[in-house]
Amino acid sequence: MEARMPKVDVVVLPKEEVLDPQGLALLRALHSLGFMEVKECRVGKVVRLDVEGSLERVEEMAKALLANPVTEDFSIVVKGGEKG
Amino acid sequence: MRFSIVVFPGSNCDRDCAHVLESVLKQDVSFVFHKEKRLPATDCVILPGGFSYGDYLRSGAIARFSPIMEDVVRFGKSGGLVLGICNGFQIMLEASLLPGAMRINKNGRFICRDVFIKVENPDTPFTYLCRLEGKEVLKIPIAHREGNYFAPPDVLEDMKKHGQIIFRYCDRHGTVTEESNPNGSLEGIAGISNKEKNCLGMMPHPERASESLLGSEDGALLFRSLIAYLSGRRL
Repeated sequence: MEARMPKVDVVVLPKEEVLDPQGLALLRALHSLGFMEVKECRVGKVVRLDVEGSLERVEEMAKALLANPVTEDFSIVVKGGEKG
Repeated sequence: MRFSIVVFPGSNCDRDCAHVLESVLKQDVSFVFHKEKRLPATDCVILPGGFSYGDYLRSGAIARFSPIMEDVVRFGKSGGLVLGICNGFQIMLEASLLPGAMRINKNGRFICRDVFIKVENPDTPFTYLCRLEGKEVLKIPIAHREGNYFAPPDVLEDMKKHGQIIFRYCDRHGTVTEESNPNGSLEGIAGISNKEKNCLGMMPHPERASESLLGSEDGALLFRSLIAYLSGRRL
């Protein structure tokens, strides 16, 4: 793994089993605009980090603060590839 | 009794709590800034409502790492009384003093209005006067956008087994109904405690319902319970 990975996105989404009011509202709005092909919509957040260090450290950050393990899942996206 | 009210950047119910405890109930109150590392000698810690750190990321997620929180968690885990109101409740969840997590309200909006809550467990330092005074339905306002309580099924079962569900939203007669649940909370949960019952978090604001002039004195019952409990323990 490269030591330097300037831009890392931590993508945080509500867990499948957790009700997502924003996602539901957005889904209804998309349907009312005629985008009937959308079956599910979930709203989360992206935390973009400019960081020198390892993916393990970013994972630690996500677990400690960026995502709440009770209600949220996260994935880590590095420029040019994805690591969940 | 000595109450410590923690002040985070963005706390906005700290003064309301102090007013009720000092002016209405004649107790000693100290404000503790979140950057302090140690609590003063105290009988009860209150984490007040507000928008600590602007509710950035998640409500309570950043406040939970404020320097004072280490001592608050130590105090709570060693049996000290901790009351978290609204944002204070959210901070307690993030700090794992209480189980579960908050989601955005079911309707996606900030809700500010009076609600009724049923006292589900009067055997706690916070609620025991409710039974003695025959009040199992309290009228207390809520004001939040993230009060939609969630816990995984196994955690919820465990909480029920240990009597940790302290308040549920209900109608004025004390019946827990879907319509009386303002925010979509799991099973209408409005307040919970830890297993030992010394840490309590609730979304409604008792400090806003502690004087008849403000429409309800039901909130004062909880503070009076605490004071009576502490006085008894001291004898």
